[in-house]
Amino acid sequence: MRAAVRLAAWVYAIAVYGFIFLPVVVLVLFSLQATSFPIPPFTGPSLRWYQAVLSDARLTSALVNSLLVAVLSSLASIALGFLSAWGFARFVLPGSALLRGLITLPLTVSYLIIGMGLLVLFNWAGVPKSLLAAGIGHVVINLPLCFAIIYSQMGDHQINIERAARDLGAAEWKVLLMITVPVMAPAIFAGFFLSMTFSWDEFVISFLLTRFETTLPVEIWNLLRSGLNPKTNAVGSLVFAVSIVLVVFFELTLLRRKPA
Amino acid sequence: MSAPLVDIRNVSHRFGQLAVLKDVSLAIEPGSYTILLGPSGSGKTTLLSILGGFVTPSEGKVFIRGQDCTAVPPARRPTTTVFQDYALFPHMSVGSNVGFGLRMQGVDGATRAAKARDALALVGLAAAFDKKPHQLSGGQRQRVALARALVIEPAVLLLDEPLGALDLKLRRQMQDELKAIQKRVGTAFVHVTHDQEEAMALADHCVVMNDGRIEDEGPPERVYARPKTRFSATFMGESTILAGTVTEARNGIVTVSTAVGPISVHGTSPAGGKIALAIRPEHLVLDEAKGDIALGKAKVGDVVFQGSFKRVLAASAQDPALQFIAKAPASAAVQAGDTIAVSCNAQDIILLAD
Repeated sequence: MRAAVRLAAWVYAIAVYGFIFLPVVVLVLFSLQATSFPIPPFTGPSLRWYQAVLSDARLTSALVNSLLVAVLSSLASIALGFLSAWGFARFVLPGSALLRGLITLPLTVSYLIIGMGLLVLFNWAGVPKSLLAAGIGHVVINLPLCFAIIYSQMGDHQINIERAARDLGAAEWKVLLMITVPVMAPAIFAGFFLSMTFSWDEFVISFLLTRFETTLPVEIWNLLRSGLNPKTNAVGSLVFAVSIVLVVFFELTLLRRKPA
Repeated sequence: MSAPLVDIRNVSHRFGQLAVLKDVSLAIEPGSYTILLGPSGSGKTTLLSILGGFVTPSEGKVFIRGQDCTAVPPARRPTTTVFQDYALFPHMSVGSNVGFGLRMQGVDGATRAAKARDALALVGLAAAFDKKPHQLSGGQRQRVALARALVIEPAVLLLDEPLGALDLKLRRQMQDELKAIQKRVGTAFVHVTHDQEEAMALADHCVVMNDGRIEDEGPPERVYARPKTRFSATFMGESTILAGTVTEARNGIVTVSTAVGPISVHGTSPAGGKIALAIRPEHLVLDEAKGDIALGKAKVGDVVFQGSFKRVLAASAQDPALQFIAKAPASAAVQAGDTIAVSCNAQDIILLAD
């Protein structure tokens, strides 16, 4: 009976992890295919499709665009998220709970709705479709995330630390830069890397808000329209690898914090 | 007479509807060690925050070195605070923590390091310069906080229950050290505590606070021996309290009618007024009436052995509501259930307005 339960647990675990990771494994495996079709039998390993990706000017410029949008929009999200978290944590504001709810609300709205809303708004305001527009869209989705991460870590125990700095003669901006930011560094880095991850492989908003210059996920979608080939697998694997690196950074910064 | 270093004039403060300080005036002399003593909610921490500039009082003024500092922010007033949780900067080394105040004043790195080392040496932590706060014990962190606050040479150093988080042994040790450091640097210290032993051991000037008011202030010896109010008699050490009515007041002698009979003591109080008489535990004489004033018989309720003495609680036979608190020698044969005679000497009775 016990053995049966154990066996069932193993089967279940394998099924779950298989379900999650098999598509990725297949994607990565056939990116190493030597022949022109990403279907069995496996003929590799070969790096020819990676070479093809890196020599494709459209894909490489999309990759640079994606990195640019991810870094800049994450910087904007974390800066705004930090300041709003600090404001809510340190000052008594009228309707604080309501305002905090509003700031995190975009987390519950689908990217499609946010993208459509921004599209309509930018149309009306005369902002052209561009990487900037997509970047602003990414700030809209990532700011609530950064805010929530930093706000949750900004406890009362830091209030006295900030007070001590003020007491020793620090001006308010020095308190923020020399005390609050370094003390909150783990949460700030965690928010930054998580924003990077989300911006890096975000498709819907970028698709709606960019036109000529676009980001990598949109470019991959363009590529997919002309049918499957190992090049799409290769570029997909690259996207996946970058995401993994960002998530690892995120986990390292958030989870390996020293107890205070 | 020169002006006091700190002059708190008629300060009141309210948090919303709640009045936490009610018309408090207090002078702090240069080089003194002032203790604000009181139970939680007495307003002592609020008064310290007002001195430090973290709270601006609703009414009244605070002068430091003759300057009106009432609304001056903490960064620009000559006070520094040692916080109860130490509030060290966790991301900086101990040396940088201590040097922070000098850095804010624009002192160059080398001078800063030298002064920080001196300050750490003063608190006995010269070796910790390069360590991080989390590598230190609670007592060591406390010293770093002290060094950090002292290094910028404040006019007044404010300490918010600085020993509250330490265990008893360490607390007594740090207490002695605080006093020694204060004597060495000569800075005025203002120290908040609810521990009356700490207050008696450290204070030059002891301020007893209750319910937003100063109940009593003065040298701890005086506050203990001759408390001004019933509250300070019970908060600063224990007392047996005899409530009574003045029946006669003449030639500096007051006769009070109490549950254990009339008692005459030196003092002045209008006849017919309610009054309380306090007697310190060490002044109650148990067994045969040796004292010059007999306080009747009492039934011993509890005897607690405390090492160097026995703490005796006894209920008066005349009025069971009257509890005697006495200190008997460790060798005393008194036991719970015994009926004993209680007496005291007239000069040990403290007259309190009730």
